[in-house]
Amino acid sequence: MEFAKMAAAIGAALCVFGAAWGIGKIGKSAMEAIARQPESAGNIRTSMIIVAALVEGVSLFAVVVCLMAL
Amino acid sequence: MDKMLRYMLVAALLMVAPLAASASGHGDGEDFSPKELVMEHLADSYEWHITTIKDRDIVVPLPVIVRSSTGWHLFSSDKICHEGATYEGMYIAHEGKFKDKIVEDVDGVQKRPLDISLTKTACGAILSLLIVMILFLVAARAYKKRDEVDYCPKGLAGLLEWLIDSIMNSVIKPCVGPNYRKFAPYLLTAFFFIFVTNLLGLIPIFPGGANVTGNISITLFMAVATMIAVNCFGSKHYYKDIFWPDVPIFLKAIPLMPIIEIIGIFTKPFALMMRLFANIFAGHSIILSLCCMIFLTAHLGAAMSGSMTAVALLFMIFMNCLELLVAFLQAYVFTMLSAVFIGLAQEH
Repeated sequence: MEFAKMAAAIGAALCVFGAAWGIGKIGKSAMEAIARQPESAGNIRTSMIIVAALVEGVSLFAVVVCLMAL
Repeated sequence: MDKMLRYMLVAALLMVAPLAASASGHGDGEDFSPKELVMEHLADSYEWHITTIKDRDIVVPLPVIVRSSTGWHLFSSDKICHEGATYEGMYIAHEGKFKDKIVEDVDGVQKRPLDISLTKTACGAILSLLIVMILFLVAARAYKKRDEVDYCPKGLAGLLEWLIDSIMNSVIKPCVGPNYRKFAPYLLTAFFFIFVTNLLGLIPIFPGGANVTGNISITLFMAVATMIAVNCFGSKHYYKDIFWPDVPIFLKAIPLMPIIEIIGIFTKPFALMMRLFANIFAGHSIILSLCCMIFLTAHLGAAMSGSMTAVALLFMIFMNCLELLVAFLQAYVFTMLSAVFIGLAQEH
């Protein structure tokens, strides 16, 4: 009964879910903002990428914990 | 042009199938463990392993510098890297707490000597440091030779000036504030070191391919450097806000807010460390695991293994492109967050 490995795998799947949801919401609001005001597309794109990197950083804390449990 | 590209792609994919068939004929006896292979490529080691041809390892031996119970020793790592070799009482432990590290038996107990060897990660870091130094010192010569103030450089100096200018204007000046010039050297060094190191980690062949920023010790010291830059140059106002903030008395008499703020001094660089480490480590692991997938499906027959090889190849190309973006982005985010923390600690 290798609960540690099962827990690690399920934990990693949950991290992916959280990261994908967060980055999806960022992408959604970025698209809406660009559609409203196309001339600020460059600024919005840069901010979107930065915030996506930060959200992904948080989810990777959890991935590292899962790797340690594996 | 479009048709040519399509034909070339189909031909390349078809050529992959017989290569996959030959992969199945090799080593069916041993258990192939992807986890072991991935960890072996990502972990630090005393020698730089390039390839294995017909059971002969081709390695670059690196210097080992230790201070054991018998004094300082400097020797090449191929004296202890073979199975069961010892040198002056030191050997590489195979299991236990000090697995894969140099240990010696003192009074029957396994102990680690003081080990400052140039391991693979250290050599990778030194290599990227040399590349950054050479690039920028060569570019700086173009400015020394000319006296006019609005000189517009061409070539390498021009390229680097564009990159440095964009980082200065978009990250350093807005985030650090009025005295950005004091911190610009540290922040630019951090950015270029992380960027070049991440890029070198993506090259699969000898001088590249060392997993430097994917090693938590390296990112730990970068985070410590940021912590020093933030806290040693902080203004009085910054420290007052930590220890006696402007909040109602019931939050600061039982030291609730001050404790949270003190913990915050450590969690901010901790987050920087974990973000960079996890992103780069995960990226390298994914690419290596996709490579292992080819070998795992090798013995399932030519059609299955050929198609899985093609899929793995395309996915690996995609992941490598994504890792190029991640290499730049992680350097940018590290520099930006360091600049923000430094700016918050300065006089407003």
